[in-house]
Amino acid sequence: MNIVVLVKQVPDTATERKLNADDKTLDRAASDGVINELDEYAIEEALLLKEKHGGEVTILTMGPEKATESIRKALSMGADKAVFVNDDALHGSDALQTAYALAQALGTIEYDVVVLGSESTDARTGVVGAALAEYLGLPQLTFARKVDIDGSTIRIQRQTDYGYDVVEAQLPAVVSVVEKINEPRYPSFKLIMQAKKKPVDKKSAADAGIDTGRVGLANAATETVDFAAAPPRAAGTVVKDEGDGGAKIADFLVEKKFV
Amino acid sequence: MAEVLVLVDHVDGQVKKVTTELLTAARRIGEPAAVWIGDGAESGKGALAEYGAEKVYVAPAELGDYVVAPKAELLAKLAQDKGAAAILVSATAENKEIAGRTAVKLGSGVLTDVVDVNAEVVAEHSVFGGATITHARVRTGVPVVAVRPNSVPAEAASGAAAEEAVSVEVSEAAKTAKVVERVAEEQGERPELTEAAIVVSGGRGVGSDDFSVVENLADSLGAAVGASRAAVDSGWYPNQFQVGQTGKTVSPNLYVALGISGAIQHRAGMQTAKNIVAVNKDPEAPIFELADFGVVGDLHTVAPQLTEEIKKRK
Ligand SMILES: Cc1cc2nc3c(=O)[nH]c(=O)nc-3n(C[C@H](O)[C@H](O)[C@H](O)COP(=O)(O)OP(=O)(O)OC[C@H]3O[C@@H](n4cnc5c(N)ncnc54)[C@H](O)[C@@H]3O)c2cc1C
Ligand SMILES: Cc1cc2nc3c(=O)[nH]c(=O)nc-3n(C[C@H](O)[C@H](O)[C@H](O)COP(=O)(O)OP(=O)(O)OC[C@H]3O[C@@H](n4cnc5c(N)ncnc54)[C@H](O)[C@@H]3O)c2cc1C
Repeated sequence: MNIVVLVKQVPDTATERKLNADDKTLDRAASDGVINELDEYAIEEALLLKEKHGGEVTILTMGPEKATESIRKALSMGADKAVFVNDDALHGSDALQTAYALAQALGTIEYDVVVLGSESTDARTGVVGAALAEYLGLPQLTFARKVDIDGSTIRIQRQTDYGYDVVEAQLPAVVSVVEKINEPRYPSFKLIMQAKKKPVDKKSAADAGIDTGRVGLANAATETVDFAAAPPRAAGTVVKDEGDGGAKIADFLVEKKFV
Repeated sequence: MAEVLVLVDHVDGQVKKVTTELLTAARRIGEPAAVWIGDGAESGKGALAEYGAEKVYVAPAELGDYVVAPKAELLAKLAQDKGAAAILVSATAENKEIAGRTAVKLGSGVLTDVVDVNAEVVAEHSVFGGATITHARVRTGVPVVAVRPNSVPAEAASGAAAEEAVSVEVSEAAKTAKVVERVAEEQGERPELTEAAIVVSGGRGVGSDDFSVVENLADSLGAAVGASRAAVDSGWYPNQFQVGQTGKTVSPNLYVALGISGAIQHRAGMQTAKNIVAVNKDPEAPIFELADFGVVGDLHTVAPQLTEEIKKRK
């Protein structure tokens, strides 16, 4: 069973995140890059599937040069190899262009399952998995909190507002995961050393079969018009509880007509 | 005036509040046309008329037998047939996916988690945990916009709500992920977290899996209950109630944080609340930077007193 995991490098949420003043895209140099948190769960799930069903785990990342660090981290968790799509033409791609580009790149890799996170921490659109399934014409098994594969049949529990749906499909399929699904492992020292020697296949957009006339800021269907720092919230009232803290909040709620 | 398609969220024939908000936003752009997928349109139609829906397109429940794709096929077809000016959906996990696939089919773009949208379909986003406000638009094709619940105040306006049955020939490609079972997990009587006008959340400060101090306050206010990740990770409260970057995003009129420090990842899920109240025993807790009203004290005494006061004053 060959598994591809989509891994996005995102700015660490603990650092200050900014947009570039000139082209209004994310300033990726401004903060430390880390693996998008849910993508670690995606890697873990791929490794668990490999342990059960055999095969290879390939990391697929699209991003700037800096994303190499995150690819190494993903390899040190135990993935076998990586494909790194790196091309200035991709800069500023929106969510649907990203899905298109990843779909094209997947066309150059052999796989039975594609695993990704259900949402990134920077842009948080949560649409890449669905759009990818649309572009590939493959079953969309997104928001999975449990995955079972039996022969060519795959079954997931899809998290919903009311609980979950059991969804079934035939491989190959696109699976996105929620954090409930597993507990990502920490890289061992041995794996970190091994990861340095694992192959990373760097591809230009053209190598990955991506039409550069369809990607990047200039060709995006969406456009950021402007941005600004959010106005600071007006300073509120903070009081120390002198035995009447609850009553004081009640006063506030009455004044605001919540009670 | 061109039609603006609004995907209706409904449960047991009841229209959810967010749909009335979307209809209000749709009226700025064009003529609202509600899209009702599934049963119950007869009983829900009244609410749609009250918020200005001129049309109600009713599509069969079977579109939900497969994950997302058939609904996107329906919306894309309607948008083309009716020459829609925009498509609005609520920013739930599934609706954002529907929005994404619909936009791919239409060759347009998708804007997610917007907190406002104007007549020109320019959308406002609150990003990076609320630190930055952006405006974005779709410059090619029919814009597909996912709007956060509680962002646009609903205003009534009467509409004809003329019903029209619609359907779509679902392609084989859209039938590959079949829903074989739906499992409802314990929900209780409380309002749904992302829709609720008031949310009361508990964090590590609650101290144990006895969340009754949070639940009692929530119930006195008719509020939903939320939890920080620390509380969820400790196994004190179920995962689906987590508020924050990797949990739900809420935008209620009132958010009450009990024993929550206010980490950036928590703020990402609640910073657009209109009013924030915090109880924390640490005067330096970052949550107080956001609070409109804060009490430095032990939540185990402050919250029960507050619950009693609310009951008394109601
Ligand atoms: C603040 C902000 C707001 C934005 N808003 C919008 C918007 O409203 N509409 C829009 O079209 N675009 C938007 N964008 C652009 C969008 O973020 C990028 O196109 C991004 O590459 C894909 O979207 P996402 O991270 O939200 O994907 P999500 O759908 O949230 O990510 C899901 C998963 O997809 C995989 N994945 C995503 N990107 C990559 C990658 N480059 N390489 C490998 N795997 C990947 C990961 O597994 C990830 O967990 C926004 C960007 C920013 C910075
Ligand atoms: C990638 C990533 C994603 C994350 N996603 C989320 C997310 O979605 N949601 C989320 O919430 N967090 C998230 N986190 C975790 C986040 O960073 C914090 O660790 C978490 O929010 C802390 O929860 P807390 O405020 O309940 O706990 P703490 O930070 O431990 O704070 C507890 C607070 O309770 C107060 N307290 C203690 N006892 C009492 C008492 N008796 N009375 C009153 N106050 C008391 C303390 O003074 C303290 O301020 C994420 C982290 C990462 C790295």
